[in-house]
Amino acid sequence: MKGKGKVWIFLTPMVVLVVIFFAIPVVLTAILSFTNMDYTFRWDFIGLGNFKDIAIDFVIPKVLLNTLIYTFTTLALFNVGCALLISLLTTSMPDRWGSFFRTLWMLPRLTPSVVYGILWLWIFDPTEHGLVNFIRAQMGMPPQDWLHQAPMVMIIVANGFIGASMGMLIFTAAIKAIPTDYYRAALIDGASWWMITRKITLPLIKWQLLFVTAYQTLSLLTSFEYILIITNGGPTFRTEVWALYTYHMAFSNYRFGYGAALSVILVIIGIVFAWLYLKMFKFEDLMQKPKVEVD
Amino acid sequence: MRLSFYQRNADKIRIFLFILIMFAITSPIILSYFWLILRSFSVDMKGFIPTQLTVKNWRFLWSEIKGYPNIWKTTLNTAFVAIMVMLFEVFMTSMGGYALSRFDFPGRTSMMKFILVLHAFPSVSLMVAIYYVLKYLNLLDNLWGIILLKASLETPWATWVMKGFYDGIPWEMEWAGLVDGYSRFQVWRKVILPLVKPGVAVTAVFAFLSGWSEFIFINTFIFSQEFWTLSKYVKATIGDFRFADYGLLSAVGVFYALPTIILFFFVSKYMIKLTIGGVKG
Repeated sequence: MKGKGKVWIFLTPMVVLVVIFFAIPVVLTAILSFTNMDYTFRWDFIGLGNFKDIAIDFVIPKVLLNTLIYTFTTLALFNVGCALLISLLTTSMPDRWGSFFRTLWMLPRLTPSVVYGILWLWIFDPTEHGLVNFIRAQMGMPPQDWLHQAPMVMIIVANGFIGASMGMLIFTAAIKAIPTDYYRAALIDGASWWMITRKITLPLIKWQLLFVTAYQTLSLLTSFEYILIITNGGPTFRTEVWALYTYHMAFSNYRFGYGAALSVILVIIGIVFAWLYLKMFKFEDLMQKPKVEVD
Repeated sequence: MRLSFYQRNADKIRIFLFILIMFAITSPIILSYFWLILRSFSVDMKGFIPTQLTVKNWRFLWSEIKGYPNIWKTTLNTAFVAIMVMLFEVFMTSMGGYALSRFDFPGRTSMMKFILVLHAFPSVSLMVAIYYVLKYLNLLDNLWGIILLKASLETPWATWVMKGFYDGIPWEMEWAGLVDGYSRFQVWRKVILPLVKPGVAVTAVFAFLSGWSEFIFINTFIFSQEFWTLSKYVKATIGDFRFADYGLLSAVGVFYALPTIILFFFVSKYMIKLTIGGVKG
């Protein structure tokens, strides 16, 4: 095509802004992690000082454990587990019902995060005004203070109800793309719903399962918005995950250098998991096999 | 051979059972949204039955809550952020997506790879550096800072999505325009852009909603009450009224979530194209 110079008319606005607010911060984060910058914004390079501090920070083991529990429990129970269950069930019922349920599951993701937070604060309210305690009261059980009894459960469930929708959409699209001939053949052979699901549906959406697992691990590792709203890491670090700890260090304690160092480690953890998934599931092999496309 | 009742109706029973299971696992969503709306109009509730209906919870609309900024000023700020993010994103992605889809320029492939790498980079891990950049540009405690930041962080992925819409339009349309004497820019504006209207609409609505719902950046980079948006307003009411006044809390929440509810059915249709771009877990 002629007029190669003209391409920059189209690209300049995007490139300028993305460089200022995205590319520069990426580089800057790496540089800042070697300084002990605080609210005075002085550039004092301290070499690996921050990373040494992280190694001896007494909160870090707790935070690391929380992050792993939070990420993998939410992933297994909701982002993959519940998502798969919803898409299997809703594709096996009349589509009017199926899309009704799937639409409802989209609602949490589209609700502003603070409003969504209110809903879960109500569900886990320590008095009988809250949903869980109201149900317990109907069965004659005393109300529980969930924030102190089970804060981790609160944030896992609250995040899970949002996280399930992405897997649900991708699995549903994949299941709907499976040619109906397979199902007809199986029905003639007298296969039950469970047999069809296990022998036809699941093997054919394997690629999507792996993709969602890998992708959602990375998003869960870095997500902290809903935790900030619902428990703010408390009580006493019991729900403090790595991303939230980074945020608190930088913006509650104004230890910007330390926060940047924590971010760098988070990114490294993310890269390690991405690499592990690539190796473990042999993505390359899967890519070469014929697969069902998402759309 | 006689079939038992179960054997004759196996399919129907299974479907009925599945619908029941779905109702059970969806119930927290159904119940909590139902509660939210009902609670905002009632004095108190016993379980799910309002003891008495009222509009007093909505008093924040006509009289100011002590220590809080005016709700309409706050709403205006929120709308300003949402609309500006939308305009910036539509402007940048409709041009950028066209360039990536149609021009073969040096560095095209590396640019597309770069976009994917940036996307993998969680924006939350950049907050410290972004704070520094905003401070350097004098955009801290300034809504323009939030708008530019938000638009820039979402643009790379949205450009990919727009590129997909452009890819779906046949080259012949463009040749026809060029043969008729349009310049490349005119072809884009007069021939191609009208054809990707659905793509532009999807990008616009999602950008609007993400600007409207923004919380973390507002919470971190905005300090003055006069620049609060509704997310900060609702967060503050959670802090102050959580145990005292669920009525006010739910009314403010419903008010804030209104645009989402209105645009919901449009949005949920297009969700699959864009969810992969979300940063939320």
